[in-house]
Amino acid sequence: MLREITLGQYYPADSVIHKLDPRVKLAGTMVFIISLFAFQSVESYIVATIFLAAVIHISHVPFGFMTKGLKSIIMLLMITVVFNLFLIPGTPVCKIWILTVTKEGIITAVSMAVRLVYLIIGSSVMTLTTTPNNLTDGLEKALRPLGKIRVPVHEIAMMMSIALRFIPILLEETDKIMKAQTARGADFESGGLMQKAKNMIPLLVPLFISAFRRANDLAMAMEARGYHGGEGRTKMKPLVYQQRDRMAYLILLAYFAVMFAASRIGFFAGLF
Amino acid sequence: MNIIKATKLVYEYLKMDEEGNIESRHKAVDDVDLDVQAGDFVAILGHNGSGKSTLAKHINAILVPTEGTLYVDGKDTRDDSKLWEIRQSAGMVFQNPDNQIIGTMVDEDVGFGPENMGVPQQEIWQRVEESLKAVGMWEYRSHSPNRLSGGQKQRVAIAGVVAMRPKCIVLDEPTAMLDPNGRKEVIRTVRELNKREHVTVLLITHYMEEVIHADKVIVMDQGKIVMQGTPREVFSRVEELKSYRLDVPQATLVAHELKKAGLELPDGILSNEELTEALEHLRR
Amino acid sequence: MIQECKNPIAAGDFRWIFAVTVKELNSYEERNNERQGAWAMSIKIEHLNYVYSAGTAFEKHALTDINLEIPDGQFIGVIGHTGSGKSTLIQHLNGLIRATSGAVYYNGENIYAEGYNMKGLRSKVGLVFQYPEHQLFETDVFTDVCFGPKNLGLPANEVEARAYEALHLVGLKEKHYRKSPFELSGGQKRRVAIAGILAMKPDVLILDEPTAGLDPRGRDDILDQVAKLHEEKKITVILVSHSMDDIARYVERIIVMNKGHVMFDDTPHEVFRHYRELEQIGLAAPQVTYLMHDLAEKGWSVDTAATTVEEAAAEIMKVLRTGC
Repeated sequence: MLREITLGQYYPADSVIHKLDPRVKLAGTMVFIISLFAFQSVESYIVATIFLAAVIHISHVPFGFMTKGLKSIIMLLMITVVFNLFLIPGTPVCKIWILTVTKEGIITAVSMAVRLVYLIIGSSVMTLTTTPNNLTDGLEKALRPLGKIRVPVHEIAMMMSIALRFIPILLEETDKIMKAQTARGADFESGGLMQKAKNMIPLLVPLFISAFRRANDLAMAMEARGYHGGEGRTKMKPLVYQQRDRMAYLILLAYFAVMFAASRIGFFAGLF
Repeated sequence: MNIIKATKLVYEYLKMDEEGNIESRHKAVDDVDLDVQAGDFVAILGHNGSGKSTLAKHINAILVPTEGTLYVDGKDTRDDSKLWEIRQSAGMVFQNPDNQIIGTMVDEDVGFGPENMGVPQQEIWQRVEESLKAVGMWEYRSHSPNRLSGGQKQRVAIAGVVAMRPKCIVLDEPTAMLDPNGRKEVIRTVRELNKREHVTVLLITHYMEEVIHADKVIVMDQGKIVMQGTPREVFSRVEELKSYRLDVPQATLVAHELKKAGLELPDGILSNEELTEALEHLRR
Repeated sequence: MIQECKNPIAAGDFRWIFAVTVKELNSYEERNNERQGAWAMSIKIEHLNYVYSAGTAFEKHALTDINLEIPDGQFIGVIGHTGSGKSTLIQHLNGLIRATSGAVYYNGENIYAEGYNMKGLRSKVGLVFQYPEHQLFETDVFTDVCFGPKNLGLPANEVEARAYEALHLVGLKEKHYRKSPFELSGGQKRRVAIAGILAMKPDVLILDEPTAGLDPRGRDDILDQVAKLHEEKKITVILVSHSMDDIARYVERIIVMNKGHVMFDDTPHEVFRHYRELEQIGLAAPQVTYLMHDLAEKGWSVDTAATTVEEAAAEIMKVLRTGC
């Protein structure tokens, strides 16, 4: 169950999306998310849907992988929908017990759900098509100007990439320790909230110790291989914009313009 | 030429109490003299706590001697200005394969060392290719290290060190966490590097079958070097090895038992082949 | 000891005189006979299958149609290549993994039956994982060992008594009891972790590579300790190991796993007779077995079933003394 988290899971495939500069993909994800929240009309959702579908299609990543990330937000999604559905005042549509469903409620609930789902799928496209290291490289380079105001950009990026490498290892370890403690009669399921929290100690203490031990080992291994910060370091895979990256930026710009236009048409507006 | 030369090397651990006063001193490495010739394959044996890992960490200048001196490739490890040169000439491979791979892809990890050294991009790729081919992991270059077996991970770690073009590689129990096949893989790789690329190898282990091909075996106990010589010389002293609670190859043990029972077998039998031959000789 | 052979036919008999060790005399077939009727005390696995991620693209048969009986008091070795399913198999024995199909009986009771006391089973079938010292979490050794019995809901004095006994059983000196587990050596930490399981007073003790990463001294200490436990407490021991030499030295029965199947299940002598097949699945026989086969090829009439140094030496001496 712990291994099903897709965030940060790279899906190797040979596609244009995979080859794009990570900075383009970061910018693209940002633009996409902003467009979802800035333009709220049926037309703009249709444009966003077409755009997202096209990107997924070109990326060669099976659709099933994209939706895996949704599992983790399903609760959040339900709560949002239910709250919006019942708590927004407006024209009543129907009544269930003491709760009134309004037309405005339905519209808001649906549009919130769509936005949340697209947000997750949109960022999954980025994480599935970009190796974690590539992504942190992209972040490092995109944030480089911050280095001038003494933000340790290289160190942050290095920490992120190491964290990403160790997440699967620590998840596996969690699974193992959980089993080992269960074999000693530990119980991670029953009891109230306090009891449950207390029951986690036999899991968390070994996990922290292990994480510290790994961090210590890794620091030594990095030093042994001559790591001494970002200074004087060369890059094996430096980021250089290609023709396709410039193209991608143009497409993004075009997408944003179309979204803007679509939100102004108001063709469907009369329906509501 | 001596690539590693230690003279009267001592390393002391200090145990402090809560006020920062020294509670006790413990000599992890105690008065060790060590000479390693360039191109040699040297194995260091000893049980946990014998000081062998502490000694190994000196060679990469992760630790510096409390007393005595250590020269690696002619450079004094206490000289801070030579630190990165020393780390480049003496690479190190550790025990836990998971905790020494930095990259999220095999090739990225192998490139990590050269990146730190400031090697130009073109050459990094060339070195990554060469070193991955040298350890037989080139086909796995774009895999995630998490999906590899233990033996494969260690070979990637070795490639990461090889890519720094060191003169000497120190391997600190690289096989302790591996299964027998992984162990064979790693040892085969290390022996090939030693033979083909003439890299000096310092292998720390407690598996006997890994040291019988070494040029020199060193046995450590309580921080001191207690035995050294060719594998044959060292393993002919079965009782002494047993007193340090170390293993002896099974063939050597059988020969030892037979000798105790009165057979006249030569000293220092290391393998089944040698024992069979000696027994054949005896029967004739 | 008989030191001469009267006729060549008798050569085979020498196996029973020279190569037979104490453990061989207690061979499990004999035990089975003794225990007929007392079958209830055992683990029984019937048509067990385990499939990972069933119904997805990653579907993998980890175990296929496993049938095994583990009577009380045996010392069993489980060997297999990494990924052969041996770790998955042992986790079924105390219910940590639930089989996709098939059944596991403990003392005649189906552990998958509704309302079956899983916690009780886990205290009776103790499982020591690989690198068990990584699960230590309490501030001192003694409290950590108390964790298991405390979870069983025992009264405090009983918990402590059990912890004392368990720590005593693994041979840890009393001066270490109040130390933090992290002040101990690797071998000592591992013994504490094993004590943590023993404090639950299991009838079956399963150890998954208990010697991984230890030096020869730590390895011998642990294995000797386990053998002593088996001897004195008569508990069933299941030892998963990569070291054929260790397996040959201690166990009376070997289960060989390959690709989720049980490939062999017999005495060490019988299993290591198939050393060529074992090699094909990435395993090997003890070094001594190879020596005996080398000698046999050169025309020595040694029994190639010898698996330990002592047996091999005895065999060679026999041939040299009798000259046959």
